Amino acid sequence: MKNYVIIGNSIAATGCIEGIRSVDKRGKITVVSKENAPAYCRPLISYYLESKTTLEKMSYRAESFYSDNNCKVLYGKEAVSIDENKKTILLNDGQELPYSSICVATGSSPFVPPFNGLDLVENKFEFMTISDMLALEKAVSASSNVLIVGAGLIGLKCAEGLLKRVKSITVCDLAGRVLSSILDDECAAIMQKHLEKNGITFCLSDSVSRFEKNVAHMQSGKTIPFDVVVLAVGVRANTSLIKNAGGKVERGIIVNSKMRTSLKNIYAAGDCVETDDISFGSHRVLAILPNAYMQGRIAGLNMAGEPATFDKGIPMNSIGFFGLHAMTAGTYTGQMYEEKGDNYIKRLFTKKNHLCGYILIGKTDRAGIYTSLIREQTPLDEINFDLLKTDATSAAFSPELRRKMFGGVV
Amino acid sequence: MKRVYVNEEWCLGCHLCEYNCAFANSGKTDMAEALKGKPIFPRIHIEGNEKISYAVSCRHCTDPLCVKSCIAAAISVQGGVVKIDQNRCVGCLTCILVCPYGALAPSESGVMQKCELCLNNSSGEPACVKGCPNKAIVYDEREA
Repeated sequence: MKNYVIIGNSIAATGCIEGIRSVDKRGKITVVSKENAPAYCRPLISYYLESKTTLEKMSYRAESFYSDNNCKVLYGKEAVSIDENKKTILLNDGQELPYSSICVATGSSPFVPPFNGLDLVENKFEFMTISDMLALEKAVSASSNVLIVGAGLIGLKCAEGLLKRVKSITVCDLAGRVLSSILDDECAAIMQKHLEKNGITFCLSDSVSRFEKNVAHMQSGKTIPFDVVVLAVGVRANTSLIKNAGGKVERGIIVNSKMRTSLKNIYAAGDCVETDDISFGSHRVLAILPNAYMQGRIAGLNMAGEPATFDKGIPMNSIGFFGLHAMTAGTYTGQMYEEKGDNYIKRLFTKKNHLCGYILIGKTDRAGIYTSLIREQTPLDEINFDLLKTDATSAAFSPELRRKMFGGVV
Repeated sequence: MKRVYVNEEWCLGCHLCEYNCAFANSGKTDMAEALKGKPIFPRIHIEGNEKISYAVSCRHCTDPLCVKSCIAAAISVQGGVVKIDQNRCVGCLTCILVCPYGALAPSESGVMQKCELCLNNSSGEPACVKGCPNKAIVYDEREA
């Protein structure tokens, strides 16, 4: 009987459990869970602050999930090291877990730069986990002035979630634009304007040079008084287990298309890994929920002996703020096709007969058709791209392809 | 499993399927009361141009990307039918980002809705198919 150990207990771990159990109903599965709770929908923490969900509804699977799948979950435990020769994992309580295969699904952790004076700030928070969010919720009130350091996805979703609960929100970022990882300058300006209209203040191309207890002194000379600080500068993949065991690690754990690390019988999935980004032609960390689930599932299938590959990975995001939605995917290189209007922009990027990326703000209908062209690497001369540019529609495909899509089991 | 399939040669582009869908899912018994003079939010829609037209609704994929991608675990497969729990949906639209068929659109309230084959509404079987005047959409069991 196989002895599977999953280190981590979030989305990739859930995918891994479901992958293993779709093949092997009997093998032993042990889950090492740092957080003291079953897997939950991590991206929903900001929606909780907005009262769009509840803690109960945030659970990722039914209450009986682990027992239904015959998994033993070790809550509140962390893996310290892996001994590849002995095939054991050392836990932080001194326990040694034997394994026949491992899936490392350790996710990422907030990266906090060493700001001067940060230790003087009493009300400082990160925004990654339910407990971070609940602590932040407790600390704010209708009279709070909040400073969020970082205008990325995490910082801005936090801002949206908090806005109605507090007096003011200022977001600062070293980058000159919001959402710099997914939007280019002009698209970011549209989103920034919308966020400002809704009451968020920005301080961009600037960073904190020094904190006092309730004031941030900026590089620019500006001072920002605050009651609460949220640190959302960025995240780093949790790679140390694999690195210390001698496995190949760059920004994330390096895995092949079967989600195997460079170490024997050790797989990895989710925000802690780097996989091929087919829109980019190289590997990078693609830390998004859909990829975490898919990678975890593929790791699980392979661990249980059923060959499966993760070979369509791309960055893709759907994110809305105060009713304005942005969808982005792939890489923004090559030739650009553009349409724009008030609170609306479409940018499609094509290179060598392929769609390699897009940014849509304001009009996002059927964007999945564009995403699919990137994921499937569809040659654009096989479809009516002139039609598709203006309208994301399967009418741009050949009748034969449409017959498969809408006339067969897919 | 029975699914909704399209014969695009026979589609007139009359949009009746959209009205029948919106009515079947309205919970109302009077079609005029349900739909007249209101914007409708059907779970099926007509695409195409002057040459071809066809109805697009959820394909109930055997390995659905929307289910794997949902950040709220609101979409699941139950007995082969891809269903959404609107109570869990937060309206992030990630399912629209990933659906290769362009089959999904939000409801009036902004949370997502989708074709569930009318299995749980008063129609009991796809209302779009029942009302199609030219059999351009059919409810059929086909082999993968």
